[in-house]
Amino acid sequence: MLLTLCIAVPAVAALLVLFLPRTAPGLIRWFSLGASLLAFAVSLVVYANFQVGEASFQMVEKMQWIPSIGAEWHLGVDGISLFLIMLTTLLTVLCILSSWNSINERVQEYHFFFLLLEAGMVGVFAALDLFVFYVMWEVMLVPMFFLIGVWGGQRRLYATIKFFLFTMAGSVLMLAGVLYVYFHTLDPETGKHTFDLLMATDQSKYALDVQRWLFLAFGLAFAIKVPLFPLHTWLPDAHTEAPTAGSVILAGVLLKMGTYGFLRFCLPMFPQATLEFVPWISWLALIGITYGAMVAMVQKDMKKLVAYSSVAHLGFVMLGTFALNEQGLTGSLLQQINHGISTGALFMLVGVIYERRHTRMIADYGGIAKVMPVFAVLFLIVALSSIGLPTTNGFVGEFLILLGTFASNTLYGVIATSGVILAAVYLLWMYQRVFYGKIVHDENQKLKDITAFEALPILVLIVLAIWIGVYPDPLLVRMEPSLQLILDRFQQGEFSHLMGVLP
Amino acid sequence: MGMQDFLGVLPELVVVVTALLAILTDIAAKERNASAAKNVTVLGLAVAGGLAFVSPGDSKMLMSGQVFNDGLTEWFRALFAFVGIVTAIYSPLYMKFRNIRLGEYYSLLTMCVFGMMVMASAASLLLFFVGLETMSICLYVLVGLRRNDPASIEGGMKYLVLGAFSSAFLLYGMALIYGGVGSLDYAVISQTLRESSSIGPMTISGIALLLVGFAFKISAVPFHFWSPDVYEGAPTTITALMSTGAKAAAFVGLIRVFGQALAASSEHWVMALSILSALTMTVGNVVALKQTSVKRMLAYSSIAHAGYMLLAIVTGTRESFAAASFYLIGYALMNLGAFGVLMLLNQRGKGDYSFDALRGMGTIHPVLGLTMTVFMLSLIGIPPTAGFFGKLYVFSEAIKEGHLTLAIIGLLNSAVGAYYYLRVISSLYMAKPEGDVAVLQPMSYKFALVVSALLIVMLGMFPDQLVQAMLAAIP
Repeated sequence: MLLTLCIAVPAVAALLVLFLPRTAPGLIRWFSLGASLLAFAVSLVVYANFQVGEASFQMVEKMQWIPSIGAEWHLGVDGISLFLIMLTTLLTVLCILSSWNSINERVQEYHFFFLLLEAGMVGVFAALDLFVFYVMWEVMLVPMFFLIGVWGGQRRLYATIKFFLFTMAGSVLMLAGVLYVYFHTLDPETGKHTFDLLMATDQSKYALDVQRWLFLAFGLAFAIKVPLFPLHTWLPDAHTEAPTAGSVILAGVLLKMGTYGFLRFCLPMFPQATLEFVPWISWLALIGITYGAMVAMVQKDMKKLVAYSSVAHLGFVMLGTFALNEQGLTGSLLQQINHGISTGALFMLVGVIYERRHTRMIADYGGIAKVMPVFAVLFLIVALSSIGLPTTNGFVGEFLILLGTFASNTLYGVIATSGVILAAVYLLWMYQRVFYGKIVHDENQKLKDITAFEALPILVLIVLAIWIGVYPDPLLVRMEPSLQLILDRFQQGEFSHLMGVLP
Repeated sequence: MGMQDFLGVLPELVVVVTALLAILTDIAAKERNASAAKNVTVLGLAVAGGLAFVSPGDSKMLMSGQVFNDGLTEWFRALFAFVGIVTAIYSPLYMKFRNIRLGEYYSLLTMCVFGMMVMASAASLLLFFVGLETMSICLYVLVGLRRNDPASIEGGMKYLVLGAFSSAFLLYGMALIYGGVGSLDYAVISQTLRESSSIGPMTISGIALLLVGFAFKISAVPFHFWSPDVYEGAPTTITALMSTGAKAAAFVGLIRVFGQALAASSEHWVMALSILSALTMTVGNVVALKQTSVKRMLAYSSIAHAGYMLLAIVTGTRESFAAASFYLIGYALMNLGAFGVLMLLNQRGKGDYSFDALRGMGTIHPVLGLTMTVFMLSLIGIPPTAGFFGKLYVFSEAIKEGHLTLAIIGLLNSAVGAYYYLRVISSLYMAKPEGDVAVLQPMSYKFALVVSALLIVMLGMFPDQLVQAMLAAIP
């Protein structure tokens, strides 16, 4: 029941928020905070009950839902989804905290959508039924549409519709794929078609050309979400226009649904096609890494810079995944969590100064380390963790990814490594222009430093970043067996003739 | 006519009596109580809807094989009664601010529902045609109701001319089929086609003409040109009725005639229907994209939805017909609801239906905004709504039967459709309101809207009962 609870708590809380008095925003905030803390607590219980060393799904729940089509309420968690669920529940708490003072309009609807979003995201990661997965995948779109469209910036309408249409275009093709898989999966007990993900994975012995199409149908939806170059154009718009908490969730969790999808569906179900697509995806990821970094470098808007840095970071994640070896996969899964932490914190920090000056232009700042010393320190730590300085989380993740990439293809490794340097360039250059030098704009003289309340969610993320940087073992031991299980499918006899591609 | 026959058509009889009572009530009440006729209509249709499920025994055929007495008849009778009730509930306020005063309105509305019911239960082409004409003649009058408005007159004219035209096609087709097969009964046609080794040119021409006639009636591309103008010109209550009830009635006809009676000859028409389906989905959607009037957008999008449902006829299995029926029920709920909200918002200011007229209305009128959002999300096909499940069901049956390309065309189209439905939501919530924002919201409207929205969500979350019922209903 734990996983259902993890989805039900925010979902029910979302509905209850609607019944709270509109005139009491304080009450709504406290209620939502309480609900999201409760959901986080449940996810901690999930973590505590998780059996280390076990590769397959745990805490599995299965219930009839729509018997006539064989859809079941089927949830479970393994080393891949565990931390993504925890990241979701944690970031939701922090986002509610970080929007405490910045969201003053339509507070009720805001929290309704935020909690609904949380329920949908946890659902995506916990689903073991293709139908549940698809439903959750789509359900999340709506709150995000509203979060950007109602509480976003100037061009929010354009951004939110673009976001919705891009995702929708991908997901309808995925639906065709889901249905195809459904009609080729039989429940051995009932002899009927089933959406059961485990059975679908076990029975996935598609011919190569079918695999190619299915890989593309699923993969396109995931690649849009990631976003993989050249499908990334919705992301800078959505990120820039979204309210701070929206950007945090978008970068922290939503993008991970794409990379998670590749890990959960494409790799285990279509292994031959995966092997074929390795060079394509790797090159697109490499372009994403370098292009994202270079575009980030020339941005004048801090939030846009962070958004493009996400394109680069997710490029690393994709590269690691498609290295198809243990280091690469582990690194990329870890990096997914890391990106949620570091980029989430970066967006919150940008939100803090935006609240003060209502501008995110780098040129409007300069020298503000003098007036906001604490803020400057926090920003530096987060920026360094995003760059991947040793002893921060980013280092462990990128290091593993690069190890894995070098092991599978040296050229990819060399190009990717140069991307690490570029990341250092754009973030540190931005840092220098914003925080050092003379204060050129008089308005900045009187900037108030970050308050303890604003710093709280960021501090939580910093502690996590350093903890993972110093001692990533608790994460790695839980992730590795499940990832190994995916790799085993590539080692199975029938693909052995293709294994020359692999190290 | 035995007792069983009598019981079997009881709902239809109740509807006819209601139509008569409605006009008498209106005469009796005159100006004193404008909604008396409405109350009679709602009550009568509710009784008929309730009686729809009263089964007069096991016999699947009544009236010497002229009338079906199966699940499909029962469900669609109930659906038409429901559509009629909702339309009637929406009518008084709309007529008031549109300055329409027509005593026969409710009577015509009820007779129109009667025509739909006959179409659903007809077991021969002749009776089907009688039902169709009953419905159409009432609609010709109702469409041209706003006699002072050129758009309404134009709509009425277009509908009359093209409606008569398409009826002629149907009738000619029926005559040729009669010539080829020797009967107008679905059962006989089906049997003859199954038994004959080859199908003669006369029958094939008959089928082709029937197909064209049906395509006109469900406004499938390229026979759709009349519908946006008619939908726009008609009083909004009637647009709601036409886009849900009349469309559903034509689809039951399609299921019965093409899906069952002519099933054995499917090799001759399946390709044509596939092309119609693909064209209908795509053209409807693409043209809907650039509409500035929400009412017109809904008209074009209802063409697109007809395309999705045609896909189910192309698929041609019992399951796919169940899927189409599920879709029709869900679609009736959401489209009626969408028009209901539009009607209320249309009272304001200039009374136009442009997207801009919806600006900020969602925040000011939470019930209207919230229900409209549910209707739009359901029309897009976002879970958990009836629209999502209906689409899933239709497309999955198509994929199962190997119509993968058509299914993908449909799926991509529904992504395109998302854009214009989202525009409605974004106008409702993401812009500042302007001008006069006060809107009369009678309880009955609100009730109908909230019930529709709840049903849509319930059907999306727990579709199983209705799916089972539809599967059981398809003969």
